[in-house]
Amino acid sequence: MSSLDVSSVNPAPAPRFARLFVVTGTSGRYPPLLTAVLLLPLLLLLFFSFLYPVGRMLVGSLFDPGFTLDNYLRMFNEPLYLKVLLRTLWIAFATTVGAFVLGYPVAFAMARAGSRLTLLIAACVLIPLWTSVLVRSYAWIVLLQRKGVLNDILVGTGIVEQPLKLIYTEGAVIVAMTHVMLPFMVLPIYAALRTIPKELPQAAANLGAGTFTTFARIILPLSLPGVFAGALMTFILALGFYVTPALLGGPQTLMMATLIGQQTTIMLDWPFAGALATVLLVVTLVLTFMFRRVLATSRGFANV
Amino acid sequence: MKGARVTVREIVKRYGAVTAVEGISIDVKAGEFLSLLGPSGSGKTTLLMMIAGFELPTAGLIEIGARDVTYVAPNRRNVGMVFQKYALFPHMSVNDNVAFPLRMRKIDKAEITRRVGEALAMVQLDAYGRRAPAQLSGGQQQRVALARALVFEPPVLLMDEPLGALDKKLREQLQIEIKSLQQRLGVTVIYVTHDQEEALTMSDRIAVMNDGQVAQIGSPASLYGEPASPFVADFIGKMNFLPVEYIGSEKASHRIRVTDASTLSVTRSLSGRSFELSPGLSLQAAIRPENISLAPRGSGGPDAVAGTVNTSIYLGTHQTLLVNVDGRSGPPLHIQASASRDLAAFARGDEVDILFQADAIHLFSGKGDGK
Repeated sequence: MSSLDVSSVNPAPAPRFARLFVVTGTSGRYPPLLTAVLLLPLLLLLFFSFLYPVGRMLVGSLFDPGFTLDNYLRMFNEPLYLKVLLRTLWIAFATTVGAFVLGYPVAFAMARAGSRLTLLIAACVLIPLWTSVLVRSYAWIVLLQRKGVLNDILVGTGIVEQPLKLIYTEGAVIVAMTHVMLPFMVLPIYAALRTIPKELPQAAANLGAGTFTTFARIILPLSLPGVFAGALMTFILALGFYVTPALLGGPQTLMMATLIGQQTTIMLDWPFAGALATVLLVVTLVLTFMFRRVLATSRGFANV
Repeated sequence: MKGARVTVREIVKRYGAVTAVEGISIDVKAGEFLSLLGPSGSGKTTLLMMIAGFELPTAGLIEIGARDVTYVAPNRRNVGMVFQKYALFPHMSVNDNVAFPLRMRKIDKAEITRRVGEALAMVQLDAYGRRAPAQLSGGQQQRVALARALVFEPPVLLMDEPLGALDKKLREQLQIEIKSLQQRLGVTVIYVTHDQEEALTMSDRIAVMNDGQVAQIGSPASLYGEPASPFVADFIGKMNFLPVEYIGSEKASHRIRVTDASTLSVTRSLSGRSFELSPGLSLQAAIRPENISLAPRGSGGPDAVAGTVNTSIYLGTHQTLLVNVDGRSGPPLHIQASASRDLAAFARGDEVDILFQADAIHLFSGKGDGK
């Protein structure tokens, strides 16, 4: 309405400077050059702190000094490196599934509860998120180490004779990473559940559906966009996770990020680290793309 | 499909210290169209939610047919429900939405296909089965919701302001469609609305609700003609209220004072009133716009009240005049007459005699604040 008024009242073209920098057009969009100026700091930051170093790593992995694929071939020729990649994918997958299984009920309770209880649950979800990953990982060490809390209880109650080897195992990495990733799963699912109008489960019940059927046929399908978003976020973050696997995983549970760290800081083999990083990036991009396709088709199919 | 009777007995609903519904009893006959009419916060939706089973009453009894359903889960009540915001399942096609209650009842596939087709034909949407709800207009979505609520042939259909989100033209069209569908199917309908015109159009009976209680229940004509309280008189149709003073009774009538200069005779029976009549008592006179007429000043006879025309409004089928009573402040009287009758002769500023139809004046206790 107001934009119409402006254009009809003010037919004379604005001066060139004003058109490029000052006059906001219809629907409050910024003029083109002002947009560029506003974006510039972020673009510079992105370029110098991300694109340039990543590009250098990529170039370094391909030229030595002439063009070579050795660094990539080495990765696929040596079973160890392939194993690390597959293990990384597996741990990321297991973490995602674990976060979904544990996170969905939390999100569901949050969406269902009264405002005060929702706040309490949200605090329980968010306060760990605000705590350093390092602190949370050390907390798991305290719990899982040989003379840790868990082993003390198990030995003390006589359930086991000898302390179990809990830390530096794949299980420890998955459990701790699931814990760290939980908020990234809970929050998108909660957001999706919140948007389901309360009339829908009521209508389902009115039409004869019991509690479980209402959940399976109405609530779960309508919350899938949130599940996909949370799963994608968790999976991608887990693929490149460094701190927790480095602290809680032993040599048997080496993951890609830790391997890249070793290559850069200990072996000083930057070209190979670049190759590893590139492969991880490509795998991440491919999986993201596939995920989005699945999400898009399910959207079209489900129309939510 | 045959309707079932619904009995609501002494139903109370409290939320902590707040009482939403306070001891309501209503008997809805089988096949009847009953509207719950009231302002927001009057408890009408809460009552409907308790009949549907989404809220449990604090005390009281609800029966559908001969079955006590007071504490039965909503999915075992076998009543249809239409929501204000349609509540169609967005991830299912129109067909799947309508088939949902039949699938819940484990009816075989061929039968489901047949009945879904019939239900959609009933609301003139048989060509839209494969669409998603989001691809339909609001009116179409509400028709689908209606088909879905009726496809499993429930004996009772509950409707919670189903036309509230639609524009006026569409609303009037759907009112008539719903009414004729209800008469054809014989289903009992309990219909929540805050729109008195809608309630008058569709209902066999209307329960006017206020403050968690039923203010009055009866046919549209009886509520309009015999309102039991100023609240009902004001809520149903247009009503003029005038503070008056009771003077005394004559043979078959009562005399009231409107202004210092004028008195009126009231010939309506005052039996059934809860207040004692005594000369000097302050009362509230209520009269419909169509029961007031005008005459040029001086020609109105002994019971005329002097007034001045404020505004004249032409409304097509009829004409409304707003007239101030001389010597009295407050809102002007609404006077209504068919446009053919010559009210058009009166213009703003004209001095007139206001004539009240003696048998159409209602007297209520209290002073004229509409309560």
